[in-house]
Amino acid sequence: MPEIRNMTINFGPQHPAAHGVLRLVLEMDGEVIQRADPHIGLLHRGTEKLAESKPFNQSIGYLDRTDYISMMCNEHAYVLAIEKLLGIAPPKRAQYIRVMFAEITRILNHTFWLAAHALDCGAMTVFLYAFREREDLLDCYEAVSGTRMHATYFRPGGVYRDLPDRMPQYQASRWLSEKEAAARNADRQGSLLDFIEAFTQRFPNYIDEYETLLTDNRIWKQRTVGIGVISPERAIALGFTGCMLRGSGVEWDLRKKQPYEVYPELDFDIPVGKEGDCYDRYLVHIEEMRQSNRIIKQCVDWLRANPGPVMIDDHKFSPPNREKMKGDMESLIHHFKLFTEGYCVPEGEVYVPIEHPKGEFGVYLISDGANKPYRIKIRSSAFTHLSGINDLVQGHMLADVVAVLSTLDIVFGEVDR
Amino acid sequence: MSLTNDHLLERLRERFNGLLLDARLATGQITLELLPESLIEVCLALRDEPEFSFAQLSDVCGVDYLNYGKADWETMDTTSTGFSRGVDQGVYAKTVRTFPARFASVYQLLSLTHNRRLRVRCFLPSDPPQVSSVTELWPSANWFEREAFDLFGILFEGHPDLRRILTDYGFMGHPFRKDFPLEGNVEVRYDPDQKRVIYQPVTIENRVLVPRVIRDA
Repeated sequence: MPEIRNMTINFGPQHPAAHGVLRLVLEMDGEVIQRADPHIGLLHRGTEKLAESKPFNQSIGYLDRTDYISMMCNEHAYVLAIEKLLGIAPPKRAQYIRVMFAEITRILNHTFWLAAHALDCGAMTVFLYAFREREDLLDCYEAVSGTRMHATYFRPGGVYRDLPDRMPQYQASRWLSEKEAAARNADRQGSLLDFIEAFTQRFPNYIDEYETLLTDNRIWKQRTVGIGVISPERAIALGFTGCMLRGSGVEWDLRKKQPYEVYPELDFDIPVGKEGDCYDRYLVHIEEMRQSNRIIKQCVDWLRANPGPVMIDDHKFSPPNREKMKGDMESLIHHFKLFTEGYCVPEGEVYVPIEHPKGEFGVYLISDGANKPYRIKIRSSAFTHLSGINDLVQGHMLADVVAVLSTLDIVFGEVDR
Repeated sequence: MSLTNDHLLERLRERFNGLLLDARLATGQITLELLPESLIEVCLALRDEPEFSFAQLSDVCGVDYLNYGKADWETMDTTSTGFSRGVDQGVYAKTVRTFPARFASVYQLLSLTHNRRLRVRCFLPSDPPQVSSVTELWPSANWFEREAFDLFGILFEGHPDLRRILTDYGFMGHPFRKDFPLEGNVEVRYDPDQKRVIYQPVTIENRVLVPRVIRDA
């Protein structure tokens, strides 16, 4: 009788469904997974060590590059940690702007997640639809920060600058006719807030479109219902947070439970799942997008009614106005000091978690009183979620690994740091 | 939150009397400091006793206190000749905290029932730094401990699978230690003669653009 042995196969690191550079060593019995052993670190850049060698403000851009799908949320945790150690608080308007962009980022992340998840399970259309909306939101990023991805917009003490009064316009070219450019520019005639508001009006219909494509789709359900089930107790023990925990029915959201910034003043709900499978997590993501849209609307209304400063008026932490700098010695010195040496953060340590689109994103910052962090540890949710993959895929088929991987919402910039 | 931080701190001091080096409250967060001998006992109590019930371990990370409080450059007044751009390694700026050991592993705990967080710092006086693994208590510690082992060389006794995780296969050294150079020790390049990728000593030099300074805010 021939000997039957388990087969070991390599999934990735070059595989479109490996979401970047994951090498997954799978031990298979036929087509059933016996054990999954992820090998990570192919994108390890030593972000935390690099941050130790730079003044605090210069590392904000590195945080953008950890989870490069939800850029501003990473900055948010880092900036909050610095502020907590410094004992400063940004002006209210800056907090609203941050929350608004945190929620825009959440939609950016969830649309990308949905696009990639659906594509991995074989639904191409959703991908194209979701990228249409991401385009508009990335334009918002561009309007405030000048870049579409790595914004470096949040700063200790506020945000880099106030919201612009006008949006960048499309220009007609060989590939874009006058008429088409005018149609695309129709929403861009007013300020950024007008543009965002118009988006929040459109967006619920777009979510309905995604749902039409997926929610009752027979193939989608076959690929996700009952796949990657995790019990609430096990999810907590494995350190799961965010949608992975809420999908299992645990109502845990740091925006409600340990609120930061202006979240207590905003009205939104926390969706939870029941079964803890991929399908429930999909429903949770969809509902979170609707809730984020609600939050953005409230922020837009508040920001319209309340103009004011967006940065604290303390030039130890924020650069002085350029015009003032030309004539005022004090301002010039402040500017010089801030951009050469930076500011010293009092000795101490702090762990600041936020509700990142993917789960709990925490920054543990130790300062010894210097102008550079002594140690910074980035606690990323994707790292923890990926570490639990063996529990999720055991006993499933090979094709389900793809569905489970994409439901985890992993981004390698964040896993490997 | 049923208990305020102050009350919780009191309770922790009472409950773990004799097991802790220190328990402190700073910037609204509680830190327990202890030695490896009492880690498992304290963690077990923190997880299972209903008044604490820290069911989730959010994070484990290594810390190397080798250069704590060391600045590169220090002056309080100006000179007639101006400042050099030279960087002196290891100027002690002021009297800073001393630590019982060079390495520590730090655990961030979360209680979902009481909506509360706690930090446990375990100093590791042995050489090489060694501590019992908490994977038995919280499965989420598995990868975090592998990471701390990889980056700091902390050995976690009883860990089921203590392999490197973030660095390359066959990597030498523990890169997040403070005495590991930022630019590393080796670099890789493709050698056209040998027709393969080879390792060689690094050819780049680290230039410190902004010296590390410590000032009283």
